[in-house]
Amino acid sequence: MVQAGADVFIGYPITPANLLYAYGSRRYPLFLSAPDEITTLQWMTGFAATGKLPVTATSFPGYALMLESINMAYMMELPMVIILVQRLGPATGTATCGAQGDITLLNGMISGGFAIPVMSLADTQDCWEIPAKAMQMASRLRTPVILFTSKEEVMTSYSYDISRFSGISPIRRNNWDGSGKYKSYRANEQLIPSFLPVGNPDHQVRFTASTHDEEGNLQGTSKAGLDNSTRIHQKILKNMAEYTYYELDDAHDSTTLILSFGITSRAAHEAVISLRKKGVAVSHLVPKTLLPVPPVYYEIASRYKRVIFCEENYTGQYRQIMFGYSSPDHISGVNSFGKMIDPSEIVREVLRDE
Amino acid sequence: MNNRFLTGEELPFCKGCGHTGIAEHTEKALLNLGWSPLDVILVSDIGCHGIVDKFFTSHTVHGLHGRSIALASGITAGLNDQSKKVIVFLGDGGATIGMQHLIDAAHNNFNMTLVIHNNFLYGMTGGQPSELTPMGFKTPTLPSGASSEGYDICDLAMAAGANYVARIMGIGDFSEALATAFSKNGLSVVEVLEVCPSYGMKANPGMKLRQVAEEAAIEVKVYADRNHKSWEPPFLTAPDSLFSSFDCLPAMFTSSIEKPVRIMLAGSAGEGVQVAADFFAQAAVTAGLNVTKKGSYPVTVGVGYSASELIVSPDPIFYTGSPTPDALIILSNDGLSFARNTASRMENGEIFIDASLPVMNAAVSVIPIDFRNQAGPRNAAFYALFRYLTHSGIFPAEAMKKMIGESKLGAKINMEKLFQLP
Repeated sequence: MVQAGADVFIGYPITPANLLYAYGSRRYPLFLSAPDEITTLQWMTGFAATGKLPVTATSFPGYALMLESINMAYMMELPMVIILVQRLGPATGTATCGAQGDITLLNGMISGGFAIPVMSLADTQDCWEIPAKAMQMASRLRTPVILFTSKEEVMTSYSYDISRFSGISPIRRNNWDGSGKYKSYRANEQLIPSFLPVGNPDHQVRFTASTHDEEGNLQGTSKAGLDNSTRIHQKILKNMAEYTYYELDDAHDSTTLILSFGITSRAAHEAVISLRKKGVAVSHLVPKTLLPVPPVYYEIASRYKRVIFCEENYTGQYRQIMFGYSSPDHISGVNSFGKMIDPSEIVREVLRDE
Repeated sequence: MNNRFLTGEELPFCKGCGHTGIAEHTEKALLNLGWSPLDVILVSDIGCHGIVDKFFTSHTVHGLHGRSIALASGITAGLNDQSKKVIVFLGDGGATIGMQHLIDAAHNNFNMTLVIHNNFLYGMTGGQPSELTPMGFKTPTLPSGASSEGYDICDLAMAAGANYVARIMGIGDFSEALATAFSKNGLSVVEVLEVCPSYGMKANPGMKLRQVAEEAAIEVKVYADRNHKSWEPPFLTAPDSLFSSFDCLPAMFTSSIEKPVRIMLAGSAGEGVQVAADFFAQAAVTAGLNVTKKGSYPVTVGVGYSASELIVSPDPIFYTGSPTPDALIILSNDGLSFARNTASRMENGEIFIDASLPVMNAAVSVIPIDFRNQAGPRNAAFYALFRYLTHSGIFPAEAMKKMIGESKLGAKINMEKLFQLP
């Protein structure tokens, strides 16, 4: 992320995100330890208002404190990346146990149900590439982006082949260079407003968390204000295609699709290998862009007679997000609470009716 | 060029509201100090005072209730530019909810000015008391009057380290007092006492601001005026390179294993379990293997068990969960307590256990070895892994010896001795 252009890591320590905090303190050009998670997000937003790209890492209890401030940064359209290292909940739960239990929260975390980009990592190659892409997206779309991971990914060491990592180019911020009066929220055809930092000597800049018009002035429920708010949601949807990352391992003649992400995709990968050795054709979709759900996932899922969602939470959150609380018969889940999903559990579900 | 800080439109406050005076005198102070609007960033909060940003020609940032100080702290830190002036407008409500941020800004001495609009109540939501409401002051929701003293926010800011702290009466022309605060280095805090004509006046008929202050012993004075060092960003002049802490490990040895091998090493905190496992993992890489490693230990890392789970494999490793290991190495009583359940679930593989520990019943072969006595408690983990490598042959023990030998630990551990132990 530093290579991509991150300027500052701001953090408050929490297990299991501490390793990222410790790493941030050595690796970033500027590292600040905030006194709490609300301050963390406020400082980050302040830095972003001056044109800097901030990063933090936390887990649910800290993330919950950040929630209102992330909504603020979202509404102000200021870029940042927040790494959410999931642990077992509810509440403080078990700090040293991994989980994938915060997906529903992220899907509804912006008041109004607005879309915020959430990216997931499946392997070391993703750890190299996806955070840089998340930074690029945050900067270009002027939005907070959530990097979604878990204790088992952050606190496990993996060997990797460094020669597979290609160079990462620093982000180029395209600040406004138009003529006439600058308006902080006047959007281009991609619905993205051009950026200028506060403190610049040429144009007044307004950043506002409350409903505002394209100049950043408070609006109540005027059309200009409401149009601007809904534009922010539409901005994310309109530009997500460019930031939709997934892997589809499509087996010829397979009628079953396993859908898994993050740490669980590793177990699913092993299950797929094991099934194919037994002669069972099965396909595997690993979303890297989790939210908002890219439409292509529905198109992929529609090609199979069965879709099995594997996720390390009790209720099948991603399955519910995609197919509702009463999902169709051909949609099922392998779920786990308080322990990683074992490949054998996935194999069992695939072979359930055979 | 119009250099005014206010647009000239009528300000949106109730007749007689002190907020109007603060906005007008802020402009006057800034003009007198020679600031230009685009060198000033006004950060506001939720509350009646916050709707003023539309009327300012400076940069404006309008944030969350009580968070304006922290937001402005980030802006100040991000700008890191003495030629810019960051001013925060907040109310007594914002100062109450954001107390931590005020203490923190004072503690760091961020280079900015806080202007606390203290009208003793929450005006935007109907006149509820704040933590700054003085004893006896009535509000619509507290008709009997506040029964305790409000915080002295100036005392708090001074104690926390703000360079300049003053309380002023929001009556008449107080632009000079504001100008003094604006011109200070580090954090300056000005509490302006004022009256809410809608709720304060109605709940306290005939009240006079001076009288309220006098009866509550709220002093109008300069609390602190000092020139301590203001905040400076602690830039890392030579941050770590991404890969500086470990070299690329070329394959120098070979391994003939054909499937993954899982090893659990369980011992006590402070006895080098994690370090030994790290060297084992690196050595496996030099034998051309894929490796994963994760540690388990209680949150109080200095006592109790310390365990490490390792997987080495000729093929890429995907699942890193914990089915039973192929080799369980138990070095101490703490390790035994941690690994007992794992041992009881093992149907294949071997258990290597320190000879000092009680013999355990298991479905697999249990091999007692005198790890601790032979190598000493601090080197038992290294010795055990050497022994395991020699015993299992999954990759050459020489690889681990080489990794340790080339590290800082090489000079501290007598590896030849460990190597030659039975």
